[in-house]
Amino acid sequence: MMMPLAYYVGLSAIMFVLGIIGVLVRRNALVVFMSLELMFNAANLLFVAFSAYFQLLTGQIFVFFVMTVAAAEVAVGLALMVEIFRTKHSIDLDQMSEMKG
Amino acid sequence: MTPVMVVFGLLGVVVILTALGMLLSRNAIYSALFLVLNFATVAVLYIILGAPFISLVQITVYAGSIMVMFLFVIMLLGAERLPGSDRLRRQRWIAAILGLVFVAQVILFIFFRGQLTAPVGTPPATLGSPQAVGTTLFTTYALPFEVTGAILVVATVGAILLTRGAALPYSPIRKEEK
Repeated sequence: MMMPLAYYVGLSAIMFVLGIIGVLVRRNALVVFMSLELMFNAANLLFVAFSAYFQLLTGQIFVFFVMTVAAAEVAVGLALMVEIFRTKHSIDLDQMSEMKG
Repeated sequence: MTPVMVVFGLLGVVVILTALGMLLSRNAIYSALFLVLNFATVAVLYIILGAPFISLVQITVYAGSIMVMFLFVIMLLGAERLPGSDRLRRQRWIAAILGLVFVAQVILFIFFRGQLTAPVGTPPATLGSPQAVGTTLFTTYALPFEVTGAILVVATVGAILLTRGAALPYSPIRKEEK
């Protein structure tokens, strides 16, 4: 199990940036949500890696909390998606521009 | 080149490729399935890092329920194929280039600063066990745990209220339309 910590940090950074690019580039709101989950996951990987590095349980507990909050966020977010789709018949983010000044 | 390094390399390649697949596939269902594979691979990484409880929670909660919810909504809305809009063509390349610059910065920082090269040792098997996690969760972090429960209840009520739609005369969404 002797992997340098830097490898985990690098992998987590790559995952996080892929998530950011997904949020910035994709127009499908559901895929944007999935990219968000990818970013959560990158942060969680970092938490668990440092938890093993320092031999402390706190990181894993925090990952547990992040997961539950992510589940709540996905539930509310998908409900919003369904409601937006009902009124606008599309979830293309470019078409949600009614509040543009 | 230890065996653990080979395993980590393979898992890392799978993680990056599935993330890229989620990013690039035109069909949202393929994106969701790529993301399931990504979460499962990260769960294997958690096992390597000595966190079996978190790993199984990752599989049941993330790869299981959350992604099933995603797939269910995608199929419910029939939104798997959206016509791509080309309004952000230039910003797309800027986003990719800035992302590459950020990753390069992080990796250069890690390998030239040399602070994080200490190996992750093998944690004792009792560290991430369900018993240890449960004990910590119900003693030290009892209050945050209860707050988490409250957050989940609020989210459930909110989701139900949002999706009940026009059937309710007092629905918060439809109120201003009447």
